[in-house]
Amino acid sequence: MEIAKNLMIILLTGILTENFVLSKFLGICPFLGVSKKLDSSIGMGAAVTFVMVCASLVTYPIYYGILVPLGIEYMNTIAFILVIAVFVQLVEMVLKKYMPPLYKSLGVYLPLITTNCAVLGVTLLNLTKDYDLLESVVNSFGAGLGFMIAMIIFSGVRSRLERCDIPKALQGAPITLMAASIVSLAFIGFGGVVDGIFGG
Amino acid sequence: MSNLKEFTKGLIKENPNMVMLLGMCPTLAITTMAANGVGMGLSTTFVLVCSNIVISLLKKVIPDTVRLPAYIVIVAGFVTFVSLILQAFAPDIYSSLGMYLSLITVNCIILGRAEMFASKNKVIPSIMDGLGMGLGFTLTLVLVGSVREIFGSGQWFGITVMPEFIEPMTLFILPAGGFFVLGAVIAVVNRLMKKKPREIGCHNCPNAEGCPGACDKANSNGGEQ
Repeated sequence: MEIAKNLMIILLTGILTENFVLSKFLGICPFLGVSKKLDSSIGMGAAVTFVMVCASLVTYPIYYGILVPLGIEYMNTIAFILVIAVFVQLVEMVLKKYMPPLYKSLGVYLPLITTNCAVLGVTLLNLTKDYDLLESVVNSFGAGLGFMIAMIIFSGVRSRLERCDIPKALQGAPITLMAASIVSLAFIGFGGVVDGIFGG
Repeated sequence: MSNLKEFTKGLIKENPNMVMLLGMCPTLAITTMAANGVGMGLSTTFVLVCSNIVISLLKKVIPDTVRLPAYIVIVAGFVTFVSLILQAFAPDIYSSLGMYLSLITVNCIILGRAEMFASKNKVIPSIMDGLGMGLGFTLTLVLVGSVREIFGSGQWFGITVMPEFIEPMTLFILPAGGFFVLGAVIAVVNRLMKKKPREIGCHNCPNAEGCPGACDKANSNGGEQ
């Protein structure tokens, strides 16, 4: 019961209070670049969640099984980014060969993910927080879901923005960033929610 | 003369984050204080210059098909180097930048310059390009950091500048303030340079060519379904 509670706390913290995009600023480029339409937001969110979970599953044994025994923990950035790059490539090939429908819906987002700081970020965060394997996976899943929710909310905001009359200097990136600021402000409202639910 | 041009273009005309809209994550994340901006900016500049040198030297050796992974590994190597140096000699900056220091690896400015410039040019212009872009990036970080620090905590580089009766607006150092200040800064730059406003996306992202999967492709795919 204690474990389940702990995992729920990690999950909800990742989704709401420490939302990756809106409070940690990871994965801003895809957040702003691909959030124009609802469908692409969902696709990108699903792809990121999937890769994050797999990346934390893969990097955990590499860190504790190879880097720590050899005493070369400082190599983690290089090792992780290589593993993530290779892994994304592999997933793309496997999906293309064996699951064409899934590839059709997620395929285009996969290459975008290699250089997405959210994926490398979540694996590094798992290390700094000393999560075990299960906690890492749950944390990654929460972070991915949080990313997806932020993308979905923001795509709604943007579809309204497109029909607005915006001052010329603010058109394009500035108004998008300002809208993101207001969405982020809304997420501050979740502060304390997790503690409130679990009485922690 | 042309080398000087490669240097100056990065400062304002092609400023990587105010004009090209690249490298947004660090621009937003670590700019709660101006000093962080300097630390992050200079670390990124160092990595950018070093990786530009190595990539422009190796441009004939690296096979075209695996160039992106190769670039990433080169960049990650220098990032590890910088973070070890900072950890030893500037532990304050190291701990305040934290995870974002490692994330320089996936900063799209660095990969973008490698792909767009260093892989096509000789060493000296690549160094100048890296320096210019890096300092342009530092400039933006310090600018955004200063605005946020002055309004958010009433200080500038740790020195109190706001009179005491003005309550600091904590909002500015919260994430929401980061988005807002960056948006405002880009708007001012657009206005001053009388530039056509840019949208974040592939059609004006200089990395689009090198980026194996374009955001636009993703956007249009979403539209079809």
